[in-house]
Amino acid sequence: MTAILLSLYWSFLKVGLFTIGGGYAMIPLMEAEVIKVHGWLSPAEFLDIIAVAEMTPGPISINAATFIGYTMAGVTGSLIATLGVITPSLILLLLLSRILIKLIQKPGAASFLNGLRSALVALILLASYTLGQTAIIDLPTALIFAALLIASLLRHVSPLYFIAAGAAFGLILFPY
Amino acid sequence: MPNHETEIIKTESLWSILLTFLKVGAFTFGGGYAILPVIQQEIVVKRKWVSQTAFSDILIITQGMPGQLALNSAIQIGVRLRGTAGGLIAALGVTAPSVVILLAIAAYFYPLLRDNVYVQAVFYGLRPAVVALIAAAAIRMGREILYGWSGLILCALLLAVSIISGIHPILVLLLGGLAGLVVCRRQCSK
Repeated sequence: MTAILLSLYWSFLKVGLFTIGGGYAMIPLMEAEVIKVHGWLSPAEFLDIIAVAEMTPGPISINAATFIGYTMAGVTGSLIATLGVITPSLILLLLLSRILIKLIQKPGAASFLNGLRSALVALILLASYTLGQTAIIDLPTALIFAALLIASLLRHVSPLYFIAAGAAFGLILFPY
Repeated sequence: MPNHETEIIKTESLWSILLTFLKVGAFTFGGGYAILPVIQQEIVVKRKWVSQTAFSDILIITQGMPGQLALNSAIQIGVRLRGTAGGLIAALGVTAPSVVILLAIAAYFYPLLRDNVYVQAVFYGLRPAVVALIAAAAIRMGREILYGWSGLILCALLLAVSIISGIHPILVLLLGGLAGLVVCRRQCSK
């Protein structure tokens, strides 16, 4: 039990520390830690949890950490995973904020972050491809994916509409 | 907090900081940037805890550092109002609703509903929707970030590296950052 709590904390600490720019930046990291490194969840379960995290209020990675932590080690697990994901923010902003602000203003920092963001785009694309192999399994799911992707490229759509549309299409098109 | 650069505009009770960020945590859907307008409305417009300029500074720091956008902005606003204690309380406020709601779902609703055929139908549709969301996020970020050839080439190279080698995303991120530094050293010195 202690071993699993420690690895939950360490995994989610890494996710928190390398999620730069928030939001979907955490998807590739969480996917690597939770599915590939530890095998805690299957890709389908991971997608379900991200969907639930989108439907509920609050930051997605905190929602996902709570859910995954609970699945692995109950209430303690959920608290430990959540603590892990917020620890880097707490340390950096409460203890090291002055150093950090100076560091961010250095000219090298901007180019480091630019390079890092290029990597992030590559990683998120790759994550959508690997997760897509689990999610897009037949014609209806391919249509749901294509329709929503095209809609989001044409105009900005709130994630909540994606979730509502996905759920509605799922109910209609599911091979009962 | 002994920080001379931090301009303390107002002193608020820890209780009202907690309540405000509980509200932000409980009523913002979608995560990421979706949360920022809500924080802005609540903190800058309604409560006038920080000025619009200070809020922009907070966002710049938030975007350049690790962590969740909502959490990072909350901590910084809390620190400006009441120092370290304020930062901790703001973090607690913005996190607590997520933890409570997700615990209820994970412990009670998910096991109860998982085997229901209609719930399975919903998730059957939700999975491709979530993948579309993730792909759209990558494309949108790419459009914003990858101006110029160097960014595009770097992105393509790193994509190839991570497909072929399967190395951990953290290493890919660090590689990208280092490549950014190298590109800058060549261009910045010109």
